[in-house]
Amino acid sequence: MSLSITLTLNGATRAVALDDMRVTLLDLLRERLAMPGTKKGCDRGQCGACTVLVNGKRVNSCLTLAATLDGAEITTIEGLAKGEALHPVQEAFIKADGFQCGYCTPGQIMSAVGLIAEGRAGDDPERIREGMSGNICRCAAYHGITRAVQEATRRMAEEQKGDAA
Amino acid sequence: MPDTTQPIRFGSNAGQPVSRRDGIAKVTGAAPFAADNQPDNLLHAVYAPAAIARGRVTHLDVAAARAHPGVTHVFTPANRPALEGDPDDKPTMFSFRVEVLQDDTVRYAGQPIALVLAETLEAAHEGVRLLAPRYDMEPSRVTLDDATPFDVEPGGFGRPAATVHGDVEAGHAAAARAIDVTYETAAQYHNAMETHAIVAQWDGDRLHLDVPTQALNISCAAYAAFFGIPAENVTISSPYLGGGFGSKAIPIGPNVLAILAARAMGRPVKLMLTRQQMFGPVGHRGATRQRLRLGTDAAGALTVIDHDGLSATSTFDDFMEPAANASQGLYAAGALRSTHRGVRLDIGTPGPMRAPGEASGSAALECALDEMAEAAGLDPLDFRLINYAETEPGTGKPYTSKALRECYAQGAERFGWAGRPLAPGQMRDEQGMLTGWGMGTALFPCPMFFAEARATLRPDGTALFETSAADMGQGAWTSLAQIAADSLGLPLEKVEFHAGHSSLPDGGVAGGSGHTATAGTALHTAGIDVVRQLGEIASADPDSPLHGAGNARFVAHDGRLWIEGDDQRSDAIEEIVMRAGGVEITGQGQGGRPQEVGETYAMNAHGAVFAEVKVDPDLGQVRVSRLVGAFAAGRIINPKLVESQLMGGMIWGLGFALHEKASHDPATGRILNADLAGYHVPVNADVQGLEVITVHEDDPHVNPLGIKGVGEIGIVGTVGAIGNAIWHATGKRIRHFPIGIPDLLG
Repeated sequence: MSLSITLTLNGATRAVALDDMRVTLLDLLRERLAMPGTKKGCDRGQCGACTVLVNGKRVNSCLTLAATLDGAEITTIEGLAKGEALHPVQEAFIKADGFQCGYCTPGQIMSAVGLIAEGRAGDDPERIREGMSGNICRCAAYHGITRAVQEATRRMAEEQKGDAA
Repeated sequence: MPDTTQPIRFGSNAGQPVSRRDGIAKVTGAAPFAADNQPDNLLHAVYAPAAIARGRVTHLDVAAARAHPGVTHVFTPANRPALEGDPDDKPTMFSFRVEVLQDDTVRYAGQPIALVLAETLEAAHEGVRLLAPRYDMEPSRVTLDDATPFDVEPGGFGRPAATVHGDVEAGHAAAARAIDVTYETAAQYHNAMETHAIVAQWDGDRLHLDVPTQALNISCAAYAAFFGIPAENVTISSPYLGGGFGSKAIPIGPNVLAILAARAMGRPVKLMLTRQQMFGPVGHRGATRQRLRLGTDAAGALTVIDHDGLSATSTFDDFMEPAANASQGLYAAGALRSTHRGVRLDIGTPGPMRAPGEASGSAALECALDEMAEAAGLDPLDFRLINYAETEPGTGKPYTSKALRECYAQGAERFGWAGRPLAPGQMRDEQGMLTGWGMGTALFPCPMFFAEARATLRPDGTALFETSAADMGQGAWTSLAQIAADSLGLPLEKVEFHAGHSSLPDGGVAGGSGHTATAGTALHTAGIDVVRQLGEIASADPDSPLHGAGNARFVAHDGRLWIEGDDQRSDAIEEIVMRAGGVEITGQGQGGRPQEVGETYAMNAHGAVFAEVKVDPDLGQVRVSRLVGAFAAGRIINPKLVESQLMGGMIWGLGFALHEKASHDPATGRILNADLAGYHVPVNADVQGLEVITVHEDDPHVNPLGIKGVGEIGIVGTVGAIGNAIWHATGKRIRHFPIGIPDLLG
């Protein structure tokens, strides 16, 4: 059995022929589309390393079957920066040292982008910690992650204000 | 060999809180981890893990697996191709016996019992499922009470010798007050976020591996030994490790199987462990039971610390957590004894896991210290100060440096320790939570391994530094480059740093908190070897202001070469090189510690950790509301990265104290919670107020750079501090870790 789906992946629309209905979005990206920036940490939705945005919402790509994504818009870590210009969340992670080994980082950053878009945490550290708790960091860079999300939230809010004015 | 005996103190790059040089690669997803590699014609390998802990595999439905579309091959003990090396051999210092389908025996749950190769990952996983193993199961031994303890025969790594200083019986007899307490620590699993992964490719009798390893060159030798090829035929690329924590220093059986499969099939093979498989053949922190007998005289001075540890190991290899050794070297007791016994269980062989020995041993020791302080009616900090060691207890060796007193003072000040009520159960917060304060001392030794490095000064004034260092998150890409740049007096941006590949000079081992010191010293000495050569060229050059300087010692800074101690004569490095014909100058360096330094001095990083916990009186839930750690670890190369690493260690301490425990099913011996849903590690919401203080410490002896290392010490004092805070909040002395809700209910 095979199925052809159309995805918008980091802004580019592409047709994907699926010859196996078991393929998850995570394995589609990593093993079939040569986009290994999204990481596999548990393959069971327990760690958040594989977080990507699907239609603007953060999801665990390991729990999402590729076959369900016809017409979906997907953003991965590879699609966040605009050329050389990093996304404010990426910049904030470097500045606040919100990672060590870097393996969970793509998932942390995509989760942070999703959390900021949800608009429920603001720059309140307690809410950020709760909202980021689906993303495990074994190096335990949590202090830096929380600060990075706070800082990016503020900066993005300011930029939005600037755009509105 | 350049003179490295003079301490180096004033660099322009070292000491700066530089952001990670690999930061952009990591935040854009561009940093390549092993499993990201996708060579052409790749086969995917997945192994079947044993679902029982002891017995035999009696049946595997190989036909069903083979029949699944996409599956190309199934290896079992019946058809596994021959290995040149014996899986029971231990070719390197970090080797353990491995399971590579040598027979149908099951020695522990999670052991590989078959390997499926397929064209796709999905097919390989389904092939494993279709194998549907059947077993002849024997009763498994998985707890410390399931087998008879044996005395450890000392033999280095994982086989700790008994250590006795002073008259232990006299110390017991002299005690005006004494305690005799037993603590237990649970089996813990490293669980780096990147599971173990390998991509193996053969080219004739040459082997290339993309595999995360904390010890690149040793790993080449280890894997080569299994396949009967010289170590130089193996190259390893390991630019980034997605966490290591000790687990990725050890060559593991599944990697051997992947390499074997790649050779047999004549195609590249990728194997990535599942999260569940991280509980099995990749080492862990073995469970311990520790008995501590402490005595003090009437004034509170310790007359004896008598620490006996029982440590779990496997039935087929030895790694006994050297927990009782944590009692050596810290408190000035009249007598000290550390002894270890082992117990053989049907588990994967334990191994080094972040602060091996120190973490488990300190957890018990620091809580026992608190119990002793309570018995003596003393404040826990005052009690530790009464027993402060000015020289190493037992040996009397002087410390290279020891700013522990300052750690206590600065940590206590920042935390607000003064005024802590002596009795437990006295404090409640505004929500009615039982509140408690506890503390613990941290100590971690400063081992150095051996490393080599090469420095090349280019005619354009930039430099290339090379060593096969490993960065598992500690920041080698950045801090080692800072050290390298300083050796030539160059700004960091003029230094290109190559690491993470075995073809480079041997960068040694990223472990034991000794990598920055060891590889850093190698880079530093390579740089000053270049400086020495520049000096020779300039001294011989009539056109140089340094002409005729002869045997003078030279230093490089601000782009110029100077005679040390003479700020009048210097020459621009670029001009020296230009006049010499625009040559590249290459220097070699080594990092290691002369034996006599270790014989003369005691060398440790120290710290003091203060914890506040809140315990819900109705629900027994514990929150660590504040953690303050003050650490003295010699010279700090990059304060930004060091703070992150110390915080990470402290959060590991939190996980040790409250979360981490592998539980076995008594029927099968299998680990019941072998995933991240069941095996809890700290998440972001667990981490509230967290503060790190680095206490200034100038160490002229530990190594020329004055570096002690910070990778592991963060975990050490934290566990005890949290346990003690829980007692202070509730009055309940829980003598096992992790401490959970059931311990505190009612």
